[in-house]
Amino acid sequence: MTSPVRPWKRPPTLVRDPRWRRVLQVGIVLYLLLALGSVHVDWLRVWEGLERGQRFVLGFLQPDFTSRWNDIQKGLVESLTMTVTATVAGIALSVPIGIGAARNLVSRPVYLACRFVIAVSRALQEIIVAIFMVAMFGFGPFAGFLTLVFGSVGFLSKLLADDIEEIDEAQTEAIRATGASWWQVVHYAVQPQVLPRLIGLSLYRLDINFRESAVIGIVGAGGIGATLNTAIDRYEYDSAGAILLLIIGIVLVVEYSSSYLRKFLQ
Amino acid sequence: MLEIRSLSKTYPTGHEALRSVSLSVPEGQLLGLIGPSGAGKSTLLRCINRLVEPTDGSVLLEGRDLTGLSTGELRRHRRRIGMIFQEYSLVERLTVMENVLSGRLGYLPFWRTYLRRFPQTDIDRAYHLLDRVGLGDRANQRADALSGGQRQRVGIARALSQEPELLLVDEPTASLDPRTSRQIMRLLTEICAERHLPAIVNLHDVPLAQQFMHRIVGLRAGEIVFDDAPTALTEKALTGIYGEEDWKSMRQEDEEAADSEADAQRRLKEIAGR
Repeated sequence: MTSPVRPWKRPPTLVRDPRWRRVLQVGIVLYLLLALGSVHVDWLRVWEGLERGQRFVLGFLQPDFTSRWNDIQKGLVESLTMTVTATVAGIALSVPIGIGAARNLVSRPVYLACRFVIAVSRALQEIIVAIFMVAMFGFGPFAGFLTLVFGSVGFLSKLLADDIEEIDEAQTEAIRATGASWWQVVHYAVQPQVLPRLIGLSLYRLDINFRESAVIGIVGAGGIGATLNTAIDRYEYDSAGAILLLIIGIVLVVEYSSSYLRKFLQ
Repeated sequence: MLEIRSLSKTYPTGHEALRSVSLSVPEGQLLGLIGPSGAGKSTLLRCINRLVEPTDGSVLLEGRDLTGLSTGELRRHRRRIGMIFQEYSLVERLTVMENVLSGRLGYLPFWRTYLRRFPQTDIDRAYHLLDRVGLGDRANQRADALSGGQRQRVGIARALSQEPELLLVDEPTASLDPRTSRQIMRLLTEICAERHLPAIVNLHDVPLAQQFMHRIVGLRAGEIVFDDAPTALTEKALTGIYGEEDWKSMRQEDEEAADSEADAQRRLKEIAGR
């Protein structure tokens, strides 16, 4: 009563022909080898760099919070202010733009215009925007604030618009059938469906904005990034280490509290 | 009184969903719309309140043509037509009360509905309707906390809070079990009788249509092929509406369902008798 052995193998899905598969595999390995060969490494420079890296790590191990505490405190407060105000302003701008960029709610010209705004905002990286803003409005946190608002709008509007495009149309249809106006449809049928996710996204953006505020400070847009940049320029790696530890700590706190809040709200 | 005159709808894909349909529904009449899927039943309902724009023809409600109304006027006329949906189409994250009150959106300005400042008469009416459909104690629960039958009751209350002159009902029982289906149909017919309200009801369940409707209209490929009393709905007429193949398989499915239900009843009795 032994049944014959019936082997099974998962049938190939992407490339059916075994010869083509072989050619692709060999091709990929070959390309990787050639690509690696084209990277030039100056081993002497790496050796020198290791020494600096060591000083950096040592600074990290003995962080100095005290000698530059005034600067650090000022930078932190600036960064946090920038983060919160930019997130709030970003949300305020993103909601109308996000609604305008949802194909199922607005006419074609409005849709295209709002999608264009989003595309511009997403195409430009924060650092580039920050350099531009610093050039226009001078050094300091105001340029940083504008940069973060600009970035938040692209991020939040796009995700909000995509979310609105995926709502349950049956609910919208039912509200429209009662004779509701466009604003009432948005408020009664669309908002309840997307609000929890909008809150989640906003908290996530708050978190991103704080990290970004540390980065854009390096190009002169104020905040803790500026303090960090100064510390590194002065070879004060112990102060820099302290700043980095503080940034990590704050990001962790924001991360945990926002994920707790999101869970609580959904 | 609703009058539909040679209504046609051709979708952008070229699909002719309705071909010159004419129909008039007098006050208090329950009209059952039957036909195979894709016959244009849903399109016909949605052309009446212009959730779907008809290509040609006219829809007259109490003598007023609804096709060709401007957006603002359309809003004032839409509120006179209540609609009940297959999947209930409640706003899931709003409370039962908010869903019922949303039937008043067509009557109120945006700022009032935005601040949830509904007139006391609307709130009284909503409570009254919730009591009528048997959900008086659920006003502050979220719609997604209710069962299918309860949700459909909220859907009915929402449509009635519009104080409609006509009800459009799209497959009200398609997502419900047989027993709840009957309860919902009974509630609908009672309410229409109380208010002398005409209704057009899409139904895929022929026995249900025969039991509850005053008049049956059969739609096939966008055209009316039957229009008579439920008693006139013979084997031959049904074959005409659904086509030989479909009707046979539908009847077979019905028989199988009835058989399996009878079987389940018998076994339940056996267990009870033990």
